[in-house]
Amino acid sequence: MYTFLRILTALVIIGVIALLAFIFWPVQRTAPQADLPADYQVPDGAGEYAMQLADCAACHTAEDGERFAGGRAIESPMGVIYSSNITPDPETGIGDVTLDQFRAALYDGIGKDGEHLYPAMPYDNYRKLTEPDVRALYAYFMDEVPPVRNAVSAAEMGFPFDQRWGIRAWKWVALGKAGFTPEFDDEQLDRGAYLVEGPGHCGACHSPRNAFFAQTGYTAADDRFLTGGEIGGWHAPDLRGPDSAPQKWAADQLAHWLRTGRNNHAGVSGEMQLVVGESLQYLSDDDVAAMVAYLRHIGRDGPAPTTPAARPETSGETEELLASADPDMDLGARLYLDNCNACHFVDGRGADEVFPDLDGNSLVNAPGATGLIDIILNGAELPSTEIRPMRLRMPGFADRLSDDEVATLATFLRSAWSNSTGPVEAGAVADLRNGSAQ
Amino acid sequence: MAREEKRKDVVIVGLGWTGAMLGIELADEGLEVLALERGPDRDTVPDFQYPDVADELKYGVRYGFMQKPKNSTVTMRHNTGETALPYRHLGSFLPGDGVGGAGVHWNGHNWRAMAEEFRLRSYVEEEFGADIIPDDMTIQDWGVTYDELEPHFDRFEYMAGISGQAGNINGEIIPGGNPFEAPRSRDYPMPPLAQTLDGRMFRDAADAMGLHPFPRPAANASEAYVNEYGMQLGPCNYCGFCERFGCLNYSKSSPQTCILDALKRRTNFSYRTHCEVLKVEKAADGKTATGVTYWDEKAGEEVFQPADLVILAAYQLHNVHLMLLSELGEPYNPQTGEGVTGKNYAYQMNGGTALFFEDVDFNPFVGAGSNGYCIDDYAINQIDFAAEGFIGGSYISAGQFNGQPIRSMRLPGDVPKWGAGWKEGIKKWYGHSMSIGSHGSNMAYRDCYLDLDPTYKDQHGRPLMRMTFDWKDNDIRMTQFMRRKIEPIAQSMNPTSWASGYKDAGAKYDLRPYQTTHNVGGTIMGDDPKTSVLNRYLQCWDVHNVFAMGAGAFPQNIQYNPTGVVGALAYWAAEAIRKDYLPNPRPLV
Repeated sequence: MYTFLRILTALVIIGVIALLAFIFWPVQRTAPQADLPADYQVPDGAGEYAMQLADCAACHTAEDGERFAGGRAIESPMGVIYSSNITPDPETGIGDVTLDQFRAALYDGIGKDGEHLYPAMPYDNYRKLTEPDVRALYAYFMDEVPPVRNAVSAAEMGFPFDQRWGIRAWKWVALGKAGFTPEFDDEQLDRGAYLVEGPGHCGACHSPRNAFFAQTGYTAADDRFLTGGEIGGWHAPDLRGPDSAPQKWAADQLAHWLRTGRNNHAGVSGEMQLVVGESLQYLSDDDVAAMVAYLRHIGRDGPAPTTPAARPETSGETEELLASADPDMDLGARLYLDNCNACHFVDGRGADEVFPDLDGNSLVNAPGATGLIDIILNGAELPSTEIRPMRLRMPGFADRLSDDEVATLATFLRSAWSNSTGPVEAGAVADLRNGSAQ
Repeated sequence: MAREEKRKDVVIVGLGWTGAMLGIELADEGLEVLALERGPDRDTVPDFQYPDVADELKYGVRYGFMQKPKNSTVTMRHNTGETALPYRHLGSFLPGDGVGGAGVHWNGHNWRAMAEEFRLRSYVEEEFGADIIPDDMTIQDWGVTYDELEPHFDRFEYMAGISGQAGNINGEIIPGGNPFEAPRSRDYPMPPLAQTLDGRMFRDAADAMGLHPFPRPAANASEAYVNEYGMQLGPCNYCGFCERFGCLNYSKSSPQTCILDALKRRTNFSYRTHCEVLKVEKAADGKTATGVTYWDEKAGEEVFQPADLVILAAYQLHNVHLMLLSELGEPYNPQTGEGVTGKNYAYQMNGGTALFFEDVDFNPFVGAGSNGYCIDDYAINQIDFAAEGFIGGSYISAGQFNGQPIRSMRLPGDVPKWGAGWKEGIKKWYGHSMSIGSHGSNMAYRDCYLDLDPTYKDQHGRPLMRMTFDWKDNDIRMTQFMRRKIEPIAQSMNPTSWASGYKDAGAKYDLRPYQTTHNVGGTIMGDDPKTSVLNRYLQCWDVHNVFAMGAGAFPQNIQYNPTGVVGALAYWAAEAIRKDYLPNPRPLV
């Protein structure tokens, strides 16, 4: 018995020491992935371009806030985090952060004072940034961004997620190795892989997350990588299946979508609007081509066909029903005629670059209908881009349609033409309208 | 003491079509450009959004997108012997306000004028002799030719996105287009709109009579379109809410659909709304402008905005008013015929025949602002003025624009105007009528002009502008000629009944019923500073850093809707400013 108690005491002591060590043991910062010459100079423009590739502005700028001054609320199932001020203001921003500290934030999710950063900051992807891109970002935020004094609210996380030391355990599970390894033996594909896996951090939304809320896979070698995830309750579509955009769109249409948020099939919506507006539209021609080549290459069933597959044959039943304008048609179809048909037309195909194609649309057919309901209620707006400056807007219909009507309309859309996805319940509409979704 | 704002390179008065065009052209030269707009900001969503904007009462009848007479209006009289009275309720013409201007609420009829119209006096003198021109008719050449403007017509049509069918490409006559049009360098950017039954019936009747019908050139997109600025149009859905409405469908060419989002990306461009320009300020020597004074409605104060270049891009009436108030150009004097500012105000001579068909259903639930077929067989370059006894011409057209129940309830003359009989008539005839219209020129006359009213003042204490205008025999003979051409076409279509409405001898201009918002002249362009306000580049003869856009430059009215010409002139002037004026600011002529 005495022996047992001694053993137990020893175990408790070891446990407490281990826990204290877990909490207080100094964090390890990953070393630079390349030795750059001592006199290395960031090329002109490289800083801003790296910032655009990494889409820093989207999260670190609040709506109507100063650029990079933080404060954008980022909602997660664990609570709300406010993005940090990354302007060089020494007190409220990152003005006194050293290069090594800056790199540690990008690579290891470790803040200036050694605190663990919430993985809303996609350091699990930024770990792949090359040293020249790290330097470029550092130079940009230190030298090119004007300092803005803006103290950001603390995160509002529930227990136990407010215990930042717990993130260390998450990192053990979630983080892959630092640095980017080219795997294709093809310069363009490797560049595309780098952009998508690293700075573009596409997997942060487009890869499913596991039980630990970690991205499943950080390269195309993992079958689950980029096969669809979730962001703010919206479905972030699969980018690798046979029905995914990279597989079924022509290469030029995919490229056009990346740089303008619109093409002959779809218009960008939800959080992706910011990605196009703040990041993708600035990609160089070569980088767009690389990203397109890579995304088309990594299809689950192999590379995308050069010529897109023909649109699936439909019975024409929906077109016929809508064109009949029969007053006795079901409510869903009638609601479509009265609210949607003016732009999207009886064939649901809309018009090139202006009105998205609803037939086969990934948002309409998403597993969860949050995005679709949100757009019916609140409308949508395309970002202004260099080659397509127009902020095309769809108006919201929240004032015009009841919860039942939105659900009926959404259900119709999800089963019209060649679409065949499940129905939408009025309760889901009510939740979203009242802001209590998720 | 007015507040003074930071100096700009360019100040633009009004942010409609020409303000937006000059804004983007000059911003792309790297200049700091500021546009001042007296009305509110407007954008497709939310201001024209589906379905709210399809409200006939609010916008069609109560003029939601038009200027309010209490804020801005004119006084009107028929001749110099009368005392003018204010235009207190909009009727005959409907100037817009707000960002986009009249480009928001037009139907979208987009025409080039005929080559002959740009040198009308010379054409008449050469072809028919100077003595056929009545003594009081003050028509002039424009100082610019069709050939000079052709590239700018072309650019405007491709920028605005026009649907149509060319009739003459570089001299080659194209079947199905207008064979009488001046040669164009290429086809329209988009194919014509689909056409409603009334237009097709008119086309077939005109064809059968050996005439030459063609689809109306439409600023309503027939398909998805992207213009030179990357701006986009969506295909028209024929909802029939064009004229007096903003387009809910991104289908009608407007500053909003064609320019503004691109312009707003230029960081050297800015605009302020609810800022009404009161006066262009001149330097002490009177040879240049120093900027403009405007009323900042939100701040409730006058503001002086210094600028090196002043572009007047307000509506025709307002441009003339500003020039009169700012003493730009000598005010026109109808007694002596001397002076220029306010000279040659002209309008549009329109008429039409309504046709009623008991057994034809025209389905008025489809329509488009620029739907329809036209003929130019009786256009200015097709008529023997000496033989017919008038100078002018018209295009003739039929096409259903809308089926709005308040404004588009055409009824035969024997139907009572109210009560049970009226209801019966509505039931019987709604959707069973069409019309054939004549859209004709209006010449300029010695006593049709604009000046400052001696009695009435606006809310800023400035004299209102006074319009002196009436119909003249020449133009009435023109419209009666058109009546004689249209009625046989109508009769050949075998309607149940038909009724004509054309100005007849002795007709007086009536300000009350809507006719058209094609007011022109007053800041006319030309090749002689004694007879015109602007030189051929729309530059003020007297004050070289003031340029005035718009239909005020027309020395008399063309037989077409003015926007196409206004657009071409704006690009023409913009090119002269960019390439010639900016490197060396001076009078260009």
